[in-house]
Amino acid sequence: MTMGAKQVTNMEQLLEGIWKQNPVFVMTLGMCPTLAVTVSGFNALGMGVATTFVLVCSAGLISLLRNFIPKEVRIATYIVIIATFVTLVDYIIQAVSLALYDALGAFIQLIVVNCIILGRAEAHAAKSPSLPAVLNAFGMGVGFTIGLLALGSVREILGAGKLFGVTLFGADFQPWVVMVLPPGGFFVLGAWLLLFAWWARRKEANHGA
Amino acid sequence: MEHESLGQIFVITLLSSNFVLAMFLGLCPFLGVSGKLETAVPMGIATSFVMLVASLCAYGLNLLLGYFELEFLRLISYIVVIASTVQLVEMAMKKFSPALFRALGIYLPLITTNCAVLGVALFQTARGYDLGQSIAFSLGGGAGFTLALVLMAGVRERLKLSDIPGAMQGTALSLMLAGLLSLAFMGFGGIGVAR
Repeated sequence: MTMGAKQVTNMEQLLEGIWKQNPVFVMTLGMCPTLAVTVSGFNALGMGVATTFVLVCSAGLISLLRNFIPKEVRIATYIVIIATFVTLVDYIIQAVSLALYDALGAFIQLIVVNCIILGRAEAHAAKSPSLPAVLNAFGMGVGFTIGLLALGSVREILGAGKLFGVTLFGADFQPWVVMVLPPGGFFVLGAWLLLFAWWARRKEANHGA
Repeated sequence: MEHESLGQIFVITLLSSNFVLAMFLGLCPFLGVSGKLETAVPMGIATSFVMLVASLCAYGLNLLLGYFELEFLRLISYIVVIASTVQLVEMAMKKFSPALFRALGIYLPLITTNCAVLGVALFQTARGYDLGQSIAFSLGGGAGFTLALVLMAGVRERLKLSDIPGAMQGTALSLMLAGLLSLAFMGFGGIGVAR
């Protein structure tokens, strides 16, 4: 197993989260922030970057401390480490962009309970040296950001006729308001998953034939 | 916000701004445990209990941290309190109902990372609720979570008998269903005070 694990190159560590194990589309983790903040591309990007920052920092620190953390209290330790970085991000965002802070609201602090971060800490960072752990976490963060952007841009285009605040269509465009309301989040994510499932099945069918 | 009565807070959190379907809190257990009715109900009750305790503790902690001017420790202390409460519930359930304990499996310790629980604590702090309002808020949130979980479980039990197109199976279908339920809950929007 250790031999097999060593064969994984750094590049693969990075790419795992972006494509093969994409947290949003493949593992469907971290759903709450995914659906709640993706009413616009800008919010989605902010949330993605904030989560990536916490993910990378906590993975690095946990990986460094992995031999010192007693097994019995590891989850509590991870949570405290993650909460520390989230508090940091909370204050940074407040200082950098108050508009973004107001738009994301309590969901910045809710990054603590994003399953992706704890999941990465438990499944990867606790078992591997710093470099692969950080690369893997960064890949996951980028994958998460891509997922958020995919959702946020579709919802913003359909629901408001804009992308990153730029109006795309003429004045005659009637916004599909439900898309920026809560049900729209469920529908758009469902549609993306449907698309991926359909694609995977088609690929499998072609492979068989 | 100060003038909201306890009943209004309860009803609004239960229906028109339902934790799961309108505020997107607690989606992981919502999608994970809503397969069967007999696990959905105890899961909802266990989560509601943790939410109530977390809300009470968060209220006390917030006063304490405010007194010592240590607000930056708020998040860390909340999460530690929630983790300990969950541990307590887990131990109690293991003792009194081992069968249920096994049925809930990994989702029981995961209540710690349920956004709905931390959400209660954070939102009540952000909105400046007093003790009574916090209790009404957490009870409404817990009841709303249970309601959403039970409704979803009911629908999904019926779906097992139906013929679903291949690519639609699994999470995609659950999300579409959740979207429909969410759409239905928007109909409660007129209840209470319009925000």
